[in-house]
Formats: sequence, C-alpha cells, structure tokens
Amino acid sequence: MSYTVPIGPYHPLLEEPEFFTLKVEGERVVDMDIRIGYNHRGIERLAQTKTWEQDTFLIERVCGICSTSHPIAYVNAVEDLLELEIPERAKYIRSIVGELERLHSHLLWVGLAGHFIGYNTVFMWAWKYREPILDVFERITGNRNHYAMMKIGGVRRDILKEDIPDFLAAMDELARQNEMLTKAVIDDPVLHARLKGVGVLSKKDAIEYAVLGPTARGSGYDIDVRRDSPYAAYDLVDWNVIVFPEGDVFAKAAVRLLENAESIKIIQQCLRCLQELPEGDFSVPVDQIPPGEGIGHGEAPRGEVFHYVRSDGSNYPIRHKIRAPTFQNLPSFKASCIGETVADVALITASIDPCYCCTERMIAVDADNGKKLLDGQDLIRLCQEKTERMRKRIKVST
Amino acid sequence: MEKVIYPLFYFLIFPGFLFTGIVGLLASWVDRKVTARVQWRVGPPWYQPLADILKLLGKETIVPAGPRATFFLLAPVLGLVGVTLVSTVVWVLNLNPGSSFVGDLVVVLYLLALPPLAVIIGGAASKNPLGALGAAREMKLVLGYELPFLIAVFTVVVKVGSILFGDILNFQEFNGIMLRHPSGILAFVVAIVCSQAKLTLIPFDIPEAEQEIMSGPYVEYSGAPLAIFKLTRAMMLFALPVFLITVFWGGLHFSGWNLLWTILKYVALLVVIVVVRNTNPRLRIDQAIRFLWGPVTAVAILGMILAVVGL
Repeated sequence: MSYTVPIGPYHPLLEEPEFFTLKVEGERVVDMDIRIGYNHRGIERLAQTKTWEQDTFLIERVCGICSTSHPIAYVNAVEDLLELEIPERAKYIRSIVGELERLHSHLLWVGLAGHFIGYNTVFMWAWKYREPILDVFERITGNRNHYAMMKIGGVRRDILKEDIPDFLAAMDELARQNEMLTKAVIDDPVLHARLKGVGVLSKKDAIEYAVLGPTARGSGYDIDVRRDSPYAAYDLVDWNVIVFPEGDVFAKAAVRLLENAESIKIIQQCLRCLQELPEGDFSVPVDQIPPGEGIGHGEAPRGEVFHYVRSDGSNYPIRHKIRAPTFQNLPSFKASCIGETVADVALITASIDPCYCCTERMIAVDADNGKKLLDGQDLIRLCQEKTERMRKRIKVST
Repeated sequence: MEKVIYPLFYFLIFPGFLFTGIVGLLASWVDRKVTARVQWRVGPPWYQPLADILKLLGKETIVPAGPRATFFLLAPVLGLVGVTLVSTVVWVLNLNPGSSFVGDLVVVLYLLALPPLAVIIGGAASKNPLGALGAAREMKLVLGYELPFLIAVFTVVVKVGSILFGDILNFQEFNGIMLRHPSGILAFVVAIVCSQAKLTLIPFDIPEAEQEIMSGPYVEYSGAPLAIFKLTRAMMLFALPVFLITVFWGGLHFSGWNLLWTILKYVALLVVIVVVRNTNPRLRIDQAIRFLWGPVTAVAILGMILAVVGL
C-alpha cells in the first residue's frame, strides 16, 4: 500500500514555506519531490533598481540567518570589480562578524535538530547559549540581526579597544558551553541510535550533486572557501577545516559542533590582532564603480555563497546574480532520503540546514518538451499585473 | 438504592472521574512546569491544563466528512471511560482491600489497554494519512510494550500466588513491599519503562511525533473530543503510577505520616517520568520495538525466573 505524505507548505517541521511530497510504503519513503517557490521575492531584479551602496542592505535581507554572508560575498564581488584592497582592520572585523554569524547559525541548527528528534531540552539549551552571541552582535553592530556592517571598501563600524576584553570573555564562556553541548551530543547513546547511519550521502554523491558547506564536509568532501580562496582575514589566522567521512546526519551534526570551536578560535585570534592595530582605519572611500564585472564568494554557515555583479559605470548594477548554498544542497535529498523511514526523512531534510528564502527562484517550462514558457520580462509583467489586481481589490490607489 | 448510588459516586466523583481528572491535570501541570524549568523557560501557571481543557470545550468540533463519524467521536469517550474505570477500581481496592473480586487485576490490565485503543480507533477513523500513520505507529507500540508489561505484572502474581488485588496488597502488608525482592525490582523497572510507552511520552512519543506527522492520530481532532483526549492523557499520568504503586510498592495508605509517604511515592514516579522525558530524544518506531522486545523483555523474563525460584 503506498500513499502520499505531504510535508508542507506549512508544517511544524519547516520554518519556511516549502513543500515535500513523500511517496510512502508503510513507513518507508520510496520517492520524494520538492517544490520551492512559495517565498520568491525577486531580489536579483530589485538589486538592479538600487544603487551600489543601497544594494549592500538589500542583499542583507536575502536571508535572516546568513545576513552577513551575503553582504560579504557582495562586497567581495564589487571589490573584485574595483580591484580594491581593504584595510587590515576591516578584514579582521569582517571575519569576526562572519564567524559570529556561523556560531549563532550552527547553534540555531543544533537546537532545531534537537527539536526535530523530540529532544526539546537540547533545543532550549542551544538557543540559550546562542543568546550571548546576539548580545555581542548588538554591541559590535547595534543590531541583533541584520547587522549592516559591510560596506564597499571596508566595514561601517569599528570595534573599540575597550570593548575587546568583554568580547574575549564572552568567547571563553561560549567555548566552555559549546564544549559541554558537543560532548552531550557526541557521547549520547540514544542520539547515536537515532542519528548514525541515517541519510548517508556518500562522497561520490556529494561530489556529483555538488553539495557545499557542512553537508559536503560531513561526507568527507574537503571544501571550504575560507581556506581554498581566502577572503577577509581567514589567511591571517590559524584554524582547521573539520571533515567527517561518514556522510550521515551524525557526521553533519559533529561537523557543525566542532566548527563552532574553530569559529571561536578565529574570533579570539582576530580580536587579539585588533588590539595591536590602530583604531579608526577600517574603510577606504569608494567614489565610482567603473564598467566591468566581478565575482565574490564567502563561506556562509550552510556553504559557499556566490555573487556576481556587472557594472556599466552607472550608479546601478546592471546584473546581480546570487547563488545560495541550499540551492545546491537540496537535490541531494534524492540520494540521501529514498529508502529511509518517514521519521528519518524529517531529520535528513533538516540535516542540510536548509534555508529556503535564499534558494527561491522560478522558471516556467513545458514539462513535455522542456520549452521555456515565460521569460524574465513576462514574469515581471505577471507580477505587476497581480500587484495591480490586489491594489484594486483592497482599494489602494497607485 | 445504595447499590446504585455508591458505584455512581465512586465512578463520577471520588475516586473516579472528578478526582482523577483534577489530580491528573495538576500532575500534568507539574510535568509542564518542571519541563519548562529544565529548559530555561518560565512555564505555565498551575491552572493552565484546566484552562486548556475548558477552552477546548468551548471550541467548535469539526468532524471530517465520511461515514465513520461515530467511531471518530466515540473513540475519545472510550479512552476516558477506560482510564476512569482503572482509577476507580484501583482506588476502591486500595481503600478497602476486602472488596477485591475475582480477576480484578486482569480487568484493570484490560482497561489500561483502552486509552491506546481509543487513539488507534480515532486516528484510523480520522481519514487523514498522518492520522492513519499515527494509528499504525500506536498499534506497533502497543504490541511492543504490552508483552514486557504483562510479564512484569505477572511476576508479582507468581510471587504472591494470587491474581487478586486484595491478596497482592495484603501480601505486601505482611511480607514487605515487592521492591524488597530482586524479582520485584526488575519487574518494577520494566513496568516503569513500559509506562513511559503507555503514556506515549518521549522517548516513546512516536505515534504523535509533531515534527514528523503533526501529532498523528489527533491531527483531525478539535474542540470537545480533543479536550477529552487531553484529559485522558492527564488522567493516565495519575492512574498509571498509582497502579504501579499498588502492585509493586505497597499500595496507598492514608493514616498519619503514611499519607505523606503515599504522596512522595507518587511524586517520585512522576519525577522519573518527567526526567526521562526531558533527557532523551525520540526513538524511531522500529528501534522502540527492538528495545522493548529485546532488553526490556529479557529483563522482565529474568525477573519472572527469579520470582519462580522464590527470590
């Protein structure tokens, strides 16, 4: 007897709207399909209507959790176009903000993963440990989320020398808590039973599906943009890339927890370097963006974020292309979920730490002959027509 | 006249529906509050479970379209009746061990199977794939825990040499509680593990895993039937530990200091249940069955062997 179990578009498991259809025989999943597109906001198009400076803040809104990875990749792209070297202090500050983001994102995931397997105590504890990181963020940037730190040519705020001891103390405390949490997860026999050997993504599949970030590193695929193509201050400090060969959910969890320790190490080193450098030199002025194109990337908590920009010398980019890591990681479900039980599939889908809002994109094709039905202009027209209709319905004048 | 009024009073007021319901709701508040404190949360005020039930009673009851509405609506009542009867019988026998009747232990064991049965019927009748999946999981879970649970309870029967509650209580009165014997301890541990599964609490909350199948059998329930299910669960949280205390731990006593001791016994069991539920992740259904039929049943059988040889 086979039937369909829907997960989504709205489901307690999912923080964002997306739709999985599981074909199930008994408890076993024999096939699955994924539908995205419930959260499409047309950011790439919007970016072309805003100036280069404004875009930094628009790009920040691509995702609420990797809200500094996208700006870092974007300013990297523009600086690549400009062939601009930023001050050393700005590099360290970028790394600090980027790693703080990785810490809070990984802790958030550990909490959610605990929640998905019914371990709500881990959920609450991980999120409690995440809270001081947001406090540090608030002191550095003024915001708990959406930090608005990045800027073409540097960063927007300095980290003051008198604050650094407090941040170092916060990191020491966090290192202790993270170690405890790591031990609690890695040594728990019931968690072993629940996570080991579940949803295995082999190294071969990982390479074929071109997965990124902790999903790849949990499958023994040793890639990390921070090491392979260094940006910010990652080549100036000492740290390790964590790789586990097993490819199961447990390996992915272990990668994230141990990466937290590495992030703390990076932040501590960067803060100490900041103590040596003179205050105030954290940005260079940028007057004009010449014609040309640039690419930039950054290692977001979920994997590589890739940005491409093209300029014709005006105030606006004429093309801005974003590729988010979840877009690469999603199709690997075909390799890791089929044949598992419903209980495990819920967990495996969560194990790539999916972030759908940055993944969203759409294309309308005829399924029979693969012909494209709508192009970009058509979609914009459809969108504008719908806005008009809704305005009429709720009686808002244009 | 007395023959009608006393049983009715027992069933409806004390120690039946009203008493079990109130204490059960308080127990479920303790569960929620302790859980919240463990998880760095504040937790609800003491009347929250009652408020939840009252609010649900005032809500609209939606019945999914189809021919099985009767079963859908009768299932929660079946569970409620089952748990109320369990509580009534166990308490009346504790208050007056002389009123034991032939086979009362077996009757209670059957009645304890009613609430899970109600969940299965309700889930299957809700005509929702998630409800059906939840019902199937509950069925597997029942098959998993009933075997070790029955072996554990019958270890006591072997030890006492009688199948009457009254005899079990009297035996413990004169020869010391079951927990003084190695076989009794093993059987008690097995029974606690099985109660966790009977209460469908983590790590055995597989049938209603909200993150996988959105509360499973309860997914289509709303209003009064959902309130009855919730009330049944709260009452089970009270009735099941009381059953365990009666069989393994010398029963309930109410004179002087014994009253405090009785309350402490119950609280101790509740604490074990809450702690286990907060320090474990959910198992998968196949792992749960393997665990219940493997190590748990083995321990239960060992306890039975010890009882047979007289330990």
